[in-house]
Amino acid sequence: MMKSARKWAVAFSMAATLVTAGSTSAAWAARTDIVLGVRLEPPHLDPTAGAAAAIDEITYANIFEGLTRIDEHGAIKPALAESWTISADGLTYDFKLHEGVKFHDGTDFDAEDVVFSLDRARGEDSVNAQKALFEPIDSVVAKDKYTVEMTLKRPTGAMLFNLGWGDAAMVAPESAETNKTNPVGTGPFKLEKWVKGDSITLIRNDAYWGQPAKLEKATFKIVADAAASLAALMAGDVDAFPIFPAPEMLPQFENDPRFKVVIGTTEGETILATNNGVKPFDDVRVRKALAYAINRQSLIDGAMFGYGTLIGSHFAPHNPAYLDLSHVYDYNPEKAKELLKEAGLEDGFKARLFLPPTDYARRSGLIIASDLKKVGIELELINVEWAQWLSNVFKGKDYDLTIISHTEPLDIGIYARDDYYFNYKNEEFKAIIAKLNATADEAERTELLHQAQKKLNDDAVNGFLFQLAKTGVWNAKIKGLWANAPIQANDLTAVEWMD
Amino acid sequence: MTKPHLFSTDAHKYRSFLAKGLHSPSFVIGGAITLFFVVLALVSFVWTPHDALSVNIAERLKPISTTYWLGTDHYGHDLFSMIMLGARNSIAVALVAVGIGACLGVPLGCWAAAKGGWLDEAIMRTGDFIFAFPAIISAIMITALAGPGAINAIVAIGIFNIPVFARLARGAALSLWTREFILAARLSGKGSVRITIEHILPNIANLLIVQGTIQFSLGILAEAGLSYVGLGTQPPMPSWGQMLSEAQTWLMMAPQLAIIPGMAIILTVLGLNLLGDGLRDMLDPKIRSSLDIGGSKAS
Repeated sequence: MMKSARKWAVAFSMAATLVTAGSTSAAWAARTDIVLGVRLEPPHLDPTAGAAAAIDEITYANIFEGLTRIDEHGAIKPALAESWTISADGLTYDFKLHEGVKFHDGTDFDAEDVVFSLDRARGEDSVNAQKALFEPIDSVVAKDKYTVEMTLKRPTGAMLFNLGWGDAAMVAPESAETNKTNPVGTGPFKLEKWVKGDSITLIRNDAYWGQPAKLEKATFKIVADAAASLAALMAGDVDAFPIFPAPEMLPQFENDPRFKVVIGTTEGETILATNNGVKPFDDVRVRKALAYAINRQSLIDGAMFGYGTLIGSHFAPHNPAYLDLSHVYDYNPEKAKELLKEAGLEDGFKARLFLPPTDYARRSGLIIASDLKKVGIELELINVEWAQWLSNVFKGKDYDLTIISHTEPLDIGIYARDDYYFNYKNEEFKAIIAKLNATADEAERTELLHQAQKKLNDDAVNGFLFQLAKTGVWNAKIKGLWANAPIQANDLTAVEWMD
Repeated sequence: MTKPHLFSTDAHKYRSFLAKGLHSPSFVIGGAITLFFVVLALVSFVWTPHDALSVNIAERLKPISTTYWLGTDHYGHDLFSMIMLGARNSIAVALVAVGIGACLGVPLGCWAAAKGGWLDEAIMRTGDFIFAFPAIISAIMITALAGPGAINAIVAIGIFNIPVFARLARGAALSLWTREFILAARLSGKGSVRITIEHILPNIANLLIVQGTIQFSLGILAEAGLSYVGLGTQPPMPSWGQMLSEAQTWLMMAPQLAIIPGMAIILTVLGLNLLGDGLRDMLDPKIRSSLDIGGSKAS
């Protein structure tokens, strides 16, 4: 009798210990792993060889680093270059590199790697998606092991910013060719495994030269479907969606103390891209009519559920050089009809609107079609996949209208490109941009940027719809994730769990 | 030798056939539901309570009211008007698809039955080949190749209806070809085309009608499925499958957006199946004789 009672007591206390152990261990040590949900799987992991945002969203600042980096607020910070000096004429940059930096494969990072990376990115057979960023560079020379001298063809005010792009990442000659599948960078994380179609896992790089990451492990889980994203967060399978795909679901998280909903800004100017090279859109009156005919506030409410900011040109409102032109073409269908009449199109016309597979595009398309119908413009909505969009619309320029968010920072210069899919060939605008590129003075640059914004707005080149908001949802205990997206990135260097 | 007919030309007997039908609960209920949706679809050509294509953000997600009989969706579209237009699209796609299947399948099946031999083999084995493919997957493949759209959905669904009708027609026709009245017709010098039109088709029509209603309901399901994955009817034209897929992200906040088109699909399919059941009961010779429906029987 006694014996059995003792047995029970032992069993009981053991069980109690187990229970307390289970609950206290969670309270003592904060988690050191994180699972982030991303919508699209990257085609590969080499940011210097692809335009897909999904690449940078995994590699930027985590696996690869550049000479400079962009922080959460869009400011330029030193990265692999610890300091730099710029000559008075703005043509020569001297970068002083960090010493003792090693690539993930153990090789040293030094001036030769900088020369290699920049020469590769701007070389003739470069596959860099943003080759234009490096175009002003005349030469890059290693002065000694930790000093690099870069000479420009002309003063370029945005050069330090350009070097902070994911596309300007530093790579090693030994591993550059295999970075697509086995990325070797200098960052605080390295690739552990990539399960195609499912997830990409990074682990902490213990040999990192700078402040080590607080997380030991970060998994990017690919969840393409909005409803599945909600379920994954609710079930705790995913800790954070830096960009949650369905804004209409956000109220469910706002009312849940387990989650934090963080609305930030992005560089994504969402535009009704218009083929300025085809009839009737070559007529500025028709483009202005489009601008007046679209109720953009109801578009933000209807397609983005209120998350988004009105814009009037191809420029992000949070940029200091922003000029508010968002109310130049306020909703006015009567005016739109007048303009169409002036252009000899009072009977309306038909046009094709290509919609890539994102919710903001598909939804905006439906609303715009309904708005334009009221002024007599009949739109045929054509849903396309990304590959088709890239080949037919972006490269082939075989389109009338399309809806797309341009998420690259400070990309107003694309309107000066003759080969760009807008077919906007305007000498006046090109002159403004050429002057801008040659100007380093901040006040003058702002003035020129204002002129550029004004010119695009005057010409109503595209329908400037709204600035895409970054709608993030994550576990309320996570801190350090970016609220804004000044560049395509999920910088995990400062992310940690709070108790 | 009486010429066999499914529907006697005698008006009295035809009326009595319908009268018997009214005693069959599946025929009545199924017929009523089907008729309801057909009327909705037809009325949508001339009138809908609101413009189903017009976006009105200020009026989005309104509950059921006298203005919006089924409420509005997240674009402010009136759901009832969308259901009406959706009914039109679903019925049109399914009807044309079944039409394609029947118009090509029945002649092929009859031809195979009449000629026999290698032609029979060729037609039926090709049919088996198409049949062996999972229909909806192949329909997705066809629309993925030819591009999404209602027309391609019709073709895709139609193609898979061909072997269904061909098989049924051939099987039924084969058993008739051995019958005495066909033999008599042959002896009297009629060619196989004429025999098929005059004797075979009227005698297999009941089977084909029943199969037609079943295929029709499958066609509606297939159209909804294709539209759900974005390969069927293209926006802004609404369809039930598309409405369902749009409603997915609203499940928690506005479940009616999913429930309403879902109910429309369920009801239509249920109605058509009940109708098919009722028709089969009425047309089946064994049950028919017990119901004592007029009209001379085959042989």
